[in-house]
Amino acid sequence: MSYQKSTFHHPELAVNDLGLTYRDYEASLSTLCAGCGHDSIGAAVIQACAELSLPPHRIAKLSGIGCSSKAPTYFLSKAHGFNSVHGRMPSIVTGANMANRDLTYIGMSGDGDTSAIGLGQFSHVIRRRLNMLYMVANNGVYGLTKGQTSATADLGSKNKGGEENLLDGIDLATVALQMGATFVARSFSGDKKQLVPLIKAALSHEGFAFIDIISPCVAFNNHANSSRSYDYVREHIQTLTVTDYVPVKEEITTECPEGTCQDICLHDGSILRLHNAGEDYDPRDRRKVIDTMEDHRERGEILTGLLYLDPTAEDLHAKLTTNALPLNTLSESLLCPGSEALELINTSFR
Amino acid sequence: MQQIKAVNEFVIRFANVNGTGSASANNLFAKSIFHMGIPVSPRNVFPSNIQGMPTWYEVRVSEKGYLGRRGDKADIIVGMNIQTLAQDIENVGTGGYFIYDCTSPLDEHLIRTDILMLGIPISEICLREYEDPRQRQLFKNIIYIGAIAALLDLEFEILKNLISKQFKGNEKLIIPNIYALELGYQYAATHFSCPLSLKVKRADLVADSIIIDGNTAAGLGGVYGGASVCGWYPITPSTSVVEQFGKYCQRLRIDPATGKNNYALIQAEDELAAIGIVIGAAWNGARTFTATSGPGISLMSEFLGLAYFAEIPLVLINVQRAGPSTGMPTRTQQSDILACAHASHGDTKHILLFPATPTECFEQTIAAFDLAERLQTPVIVMSDLELGMNEHMCAPLKWNNDNRYDRGKILSAEQLDEVENFGRYLDVDDDGICYRTLPGSHPEKGAFFTRGTSRDPFAIYSEEGDVYVDNMERLNKKFTTAKSLVLPAEINKSVLPLAIGLVYYGTTSAAIDETIELLAKQGVCVDTMRIRSFPFGQEVEDFVEQHQQLFVIEQNRDGQLRTLLIKELNLDSHKMIEILHYDGLPITANFISCAIQKSLTRDNNIAAKSQVGSR
Repeated sequence: MSYQKSTFHHPELAVNDLGLTYRDYEASLSTLCAGCGHDSIGAAVIQACAELSLPPHRIAKLSGIGCSSKAPTYFLSKAHGFNSVHGRMPSIVTGANMANRDLTYIGMSGDGDTSAIGLGQFSHVIRRRLNMLYMVANNGVYGLTKGQTSATADLGSKNKGGEENLLDGIDLATVALQMGATFVARSFSGDKKQLVPLIKAALSHEGFAFIDIISPCVAFNNHANSSRSYDYVREHIQTLTVTDYVPVKEEITTECPEGTCQDICLHDGSILRLHNAGEDYDPRDRRKVIDTMEDHRERGEILTGLLYLDPTAEDLHAKLTTNALPLNTLSESLLCPGSEALELINTSFR
Repeated sequence: MQQIKAVNEFVIRFANVNGTGSASANNLFAKSIFHMGIPVSPRNVFPSNIQGMPTWYEVRVSEKGYLGRRGDKADIIVGMNIQTLAQDIENVGTGGYFIYDCTSPLDEHLIRTDILMLGIPISEICLREYEDPRQRQLFKNIIYIGAIAALLDLEFEILKNLISKQFKGNEKLIIPNIYALELGYQYAATHFSCPLSLKVKRADLVADSIIIDGNTAAGLGGVYGGASVCGWYPITPSTSVVEQFGKYCQRLRIDPATGKNNYALIQAEDELAAIGIVIGAAWNGARTFTATSGPGISLMSEFLGLAYFAEIPLVLINVQRAGPSTGMPTRTQQSDILACAHASHGDTKHILLFPATPTECFEQTIAAFDLAERLQTPVIVMSDLELGMNEHMCAPLKWNNDNRYDRGKILSAEQLDEVENFGRYLDVDDDGICYRTLPGSHPEKGAFFTRGTSRDPFAIYSEEGDVYVDNMERLNKKFTTAKSLVLPAEINKSVLPLAIGLVYYGTTSAAIDETIELLAKQGVCVDTMRIRSFPFGQEVEDFVEQHQQLFVIEQNRDGQLRTLLIKELNLDSHKMIEILHYDGLPITANFISCAIQKSLTRDNNIAAKSQVGSR
């Protein structure tokens, strides 16, 4: 791509706590198709990270292979990125997180990358409760190879050539719940208002946070009879909860009348406020959440918003009782037991 | 009948049923020989099974220090497995001994007259002495060790001390075990003329050696090499590398201030994830490794290609077993040489190290971390089942506290500030090795996209042919740089120039001293070269150049190292003669020397015939 992004911007652009504007969180111009949902996700990531005042270089963005996995190139240019191999991002991010627990990990994947070739690694990174945000840009189609149906495509949905999908789609949010994810949400790339607070909350969560983001493919899956087109998604979307994210430093000023909203405190002290959740909906009750998700699925609705949250979750480092210092900073004197210890070891083998 | 006569030079084999507790008793025997100051090499020949299948434990006692497998028939067999009784009796060499449980009499047709068959009513003794059925089984093993002590003149005091050491912390087991030893000892002493014509005699030939398996040593190499993250997946015969790493970390890697772990050990869902974890940790600047065997290498190949191309330093310990596919999971081979040298699709080359002893498993694992970080590429340590899972007498492990890890070319935030125009893949020093940065180190500079796709020197995606070729050539240059950094071959040359050179590596080394002696007896003198690394250095080329004929000795079917040598060094394949042994048991000196003799005779015959023809 030879196009350059303009660096010109308004001199009084708002700055965050670090004195950075949202432009400091951008990256090179996208090479994805015009109108691709993935670019909206990138924009939401930029906004969320800027508003959270995360130092961009303390974020690591990792991906697998596919259109979605190209997307991290187009946000957070000051963050290191790792565009790995197909379906294997979860293991790489596991190792990266084990080596340096102090960075913020954002994994960006697609439905092919996660639900097919990478389903095993996806399941196991959840099982390990890795502290990360894992996003799937879910469009039900393989874009880079030009339009094959993916494993999340709905039963009966037709591809661009008119062929009907004969198999049930895998619901990644349900898989995530079953595997033990401690933060599960679903959103729509076209609904930035919903997506940004969800990303912020997910980044504040210390555990495995999963967001399944319906992100239509304008090139191969935006036609009539597809259940992932912009039109179809807009028609069938059901918002479970409207989510507000209240950062630690801000005082909650508005009252939360009984029955109309719930406040959940996240690991870093920030508050997640859920509106319109309905009286008996508790995102902390895993069994009920699964029920609710199944109910909506039966009705053919795409349920979005925060689905499940365990605000007391422990991540893998807590389970492994690793040092609070990142392991990649440990000095040689801490790592190497030295010659005296080795002499004792030798003696034990005589 | 003439019985074999030997002091400190024989082979004894124990035939057992696996899962009956025989392993620790047999180990006790081997250890006691070692404590008598006599070189010893024990080997397990075991099935891929947990209980009920035949297993053998063979101990070579060798004052001459021949630690390779002797092969052929054993001098003494202790037959404790009814399923293999006939075969075990068959496998005693003429003039040898067969020791067995005579509680029920042997079939007439099994009795051999050219060996001495010593029956001990072991089951009967156990039935009389013990109530608990489990004890009846376990103490059988200790009883035959006691009997052997009397028969071979093994110092009883040594066995007692070893038992005390073994059960330290569980003292109530010491007396019953020593009692069981006594039972066997007394029976043999009163019923047979002890010692036999085969026996041991205290010597002073083990110096400060230790006796340890290669996997434990490699696991310790991980600890001393500074690995702080390890992802792994269990597979025979590599499993104990990581288990031992974990065991020592629990002892040696606990933060003194907080009690927290200064390591992270993750059992992954498969080998793909295991090496993925390693790649992620390495990308973030931790020292990290994994261990696997053949099938794991196949699975890891995709990621090895990524690590090669994206230039991620990592250490992989491959404890080879007999392939292809599941092959013989509990038998040894050196058959992953080519698969590892070129693991993954596309043009790839990986650094290989070839340890020959547990000491080298330790040293080369540590060296592998330095090499990986210096060269920013995977380094594969090529152990095998024989080395990894058997105990070997070897030099003690050494660490010099003045050693410093070589972390390679990593730019700190301060150094980045000084850099005008950072490019992750810019060959600044003209050695093919570029400078890398770690995630999170600098707020403004040094961030880049690590990728398995083609990219320019600034890590920007590119499909330009020239850019791609430049990068591939630079990777080749880096591989050339590696030649001067890896471990040089170990060469033994006679003062006078010789025509024949032996080329070997890894566990074949244990058989080489004996091979040289066997060949010398036949009037054949040879120089030797032990390959320790791939890529091959200049010294390897020179050695090949200096000899008319080279025998490349390997434990695989296809002569894999020979192929690599011929291809890499552009050698004349006719002078490189393969000596191949791949039945899953360790190669023997006898096999090598016979194969060489045969080859030489054949060549001479051909030469003679052609002379006749030309007349």
